[in-house]
Amino acid sequence: MSSALIWIIVPGISGIILYFFRRWYRTTVACGTVIMLLLAGAAWKIHIDELIKIGPWSMTIHESLVILGRQFTLTPSQQPLLVAIFMLMAFWFALVYVADSGRMYVPLGMVVGALLIAAIAVEPFLYAALLIELAVLVCVPILAQPGHPIGKGVLRFIIFQSFGFPFILFSGWLLAGVQASPEELLLMTRASLTLGFGFLFLLAIFPFHTWIPMLAEESHPYAVGFVLVILPWMVSLLGLGFMDRYLWLRTSVPVINMVQLGGVMMVLIGGIWSAFQHHLGRILGYACMVEIGFSLLSMTVSNGAQLFFTLLLPRGLAIGVWALALSTIIRTKSNTGTDQLRFSAIQGAARQMPIVSTGLLVANFSVAGLPLLAGFPSRLALWSDLTSQSLLLAIITMLGSVGLFISGIRTLRALLMVDQDQNWSIQERTSVALFLIIGMVLIVLAGLLPNWFSPTLAQISQIFPNIAR
Amino acid sequence: MTSEPVLIGAVILVSLTSMLILLVRDWRYCVSALAVQYIGVFFLVFPSWPVEMAVAKMVAGWMAGAILGIAMATSSSSWHELDQPARFGPLFRLLAALIVALTVTSLVLHSETWLSMINLPTRWGSFVLISFGLLQLSLTTHPLRIFTGLLTSLSGFEILYAALEMSTLVTGLLAGITLGLALVGAYILVAPSMEST
Repeated sequence: MSSALIWIIVPGISGIILYFFRRWYRTTVACGTVIMLLLAGAAWKIHIDELIKIGPWSMTIHESLVILGRQFTLTPSQQPLLVAIFMLMAFWFALVYVADSGRMYVPLGMVVGALLIAAIAVEPFLYAALLIELAVLVCVPILAQPGHPIGKGVLRFIIFQSFGFPFILFSGWLLAGVQASPEELLLMTRASLTLGFGFLFLLAIFPFHTWIPMLAEESHPYAVGFVLVILPWMVSLLGLGFMDRYLWLRTSVPVINMVQLGGVMMVLIGGIWSAFQHHLGRILGYACMVEIGFSLLSMTVSNGAQLFFTLLLPRGLAIGVWALALSTIIRTKSNTGTDQLRFSAIQGAARQMPIVSTGLLVANFSVAGLPLLAGFPSRLALWSDLTSQSLLLAIITMLGSVGLFISGIRTLRALLMVDQDQNWSIQERTSVALFLIIGMVLIVLAGLLPNWFSPTLAQISQIFPNIAR
Repeated sequence: MTSEPVLIGAVILVSLTSMLILLVRDWRYCVSALAVQYIGVFFLVFPSWPVEMAVAKMVAGWMAGAILGIAMATSSSSWHELDQPARFGPLFRLLAALIVALTVTSLVLHSETWLSMINLPTRWGSFVLISFGLLQLSLTTHPLRIFTGLLTSLSGFEILYAALEMSTLVTGLLAGITLGLALVGAYILVAPSMEST
């Protein structure tokens, strides 16, 4: 038996099987969540390449699986990463029924997870771009639900994501040339530019970010949250893989400057633009842009790999709570679509849905980096590292956070605004209220006690030994 | 090895079909041209790949065309018109295509230095497909046109990449992406008329 069979084939096949049972909505959600938790547990407990004894049977789980002449390898050092990925998937799947984000979410989400883990495992690693493209295609039915009009955001998402992988593949060929003759500056420049364009498209870096707010406005917030957390994170892992493998890439000042510029643009534009939005979904989209920007910036500072992985928990929690709160607003107000998330439509909603409104604001302020919330410790570490490099960079990224903070204040105003006296009441369903309260408590706990989770997440960076040093 | 005249014939074929995809307003012609285009793609990847891999590429393209065709036939009638009727629409597209063709000519002739391992007709066919696909994508919001544009651009890239990489896994994954794009295109065409879940 091989590790790829357990952590790639099993979730993939399970997703395909669950797809045919999607009629039983609650069952598929429960099964999907349990399978993800089991796989996370297996990644935590099972030792790769060691003899495992279960009663009279014994077996060894090997690192590699050969498919079509290429190896898919999951090593023991990657097991903490697998735990993190499966826990993240379980977290998003567990609330699908409560968020009512479609019957295809869990089955196809499992296939997406399998493809993304295959992208981590495939050798040569630049083939990961192809698997990420396949994952992007599988995401489309999650984002565009049957019976609803298809918006331009989904189409633009497919187009821009599909442009990315040819650049990455082509850069792989150029990089091989750079390794053979590192003195050729022209070849190095071409390889860097091609690679840069690939990541510009895949990570939706300015000016190719336009699909994010469009998609966030048109699609179900819980689906958007899932896609905008998991896809850019896995693409960033691919980027870290490139930096880890190629010495010249991680030591090249122009390359680091370009990554920094991309990160700063994402944080600044995402933050500032969010302050001018009138649609809660679009604000969520811009917040995800800010998160992508912070991930990019984390790659450029000292101990960046550790910081990159530490950002995962605050991001997952905040975007998850935010997306669940928005989904509840859509579900409560009507089922007609995401127009219910306009400021004009949510006026006074805080008086009917105080827990949802609080969750929305707590998540918004956490992404903005407000002290005592989950986002603050990692933001503080990043700002402190950036300040040692350039004060201007730190100030610009803080401006992005200020923009998000302003959008939170505007949301608060819209939620509280009422024409006439309206009594306060709790209209949320118990399950939603419970999950939101747990989410908010975790956001506060992660903000107050960052040492509980930071070292564990930072340890995952050991999969990139060259940049983790 | 494929002889030079066959390659030149394939370049002419993909140029004509990609131009046709850009200009026609009837979706049936558009899908048919896409299917024929994959014959040209087959001849352009044939010098670099073993015949069975090149055939797999062509068959995947035909299947993609068939999937999109079936989706169009079963989708709501509002999708059947590919463009808004405009008097000078086709003329504008033709002019845009000619300008792009000029740019491609210049690019192909200057690519000798950095793509010297790929012969001129293959480069020509590849760049024509990539650029006409991009032009198609920039001029429309219709899902069929978008997905034919993406498939056209992707074919162009695959021709170029075939000369650099001969992995079976890559061929399989690229065929998977071709089919995946067609399936997603079909889903987008029929999803609005599907029963809400």
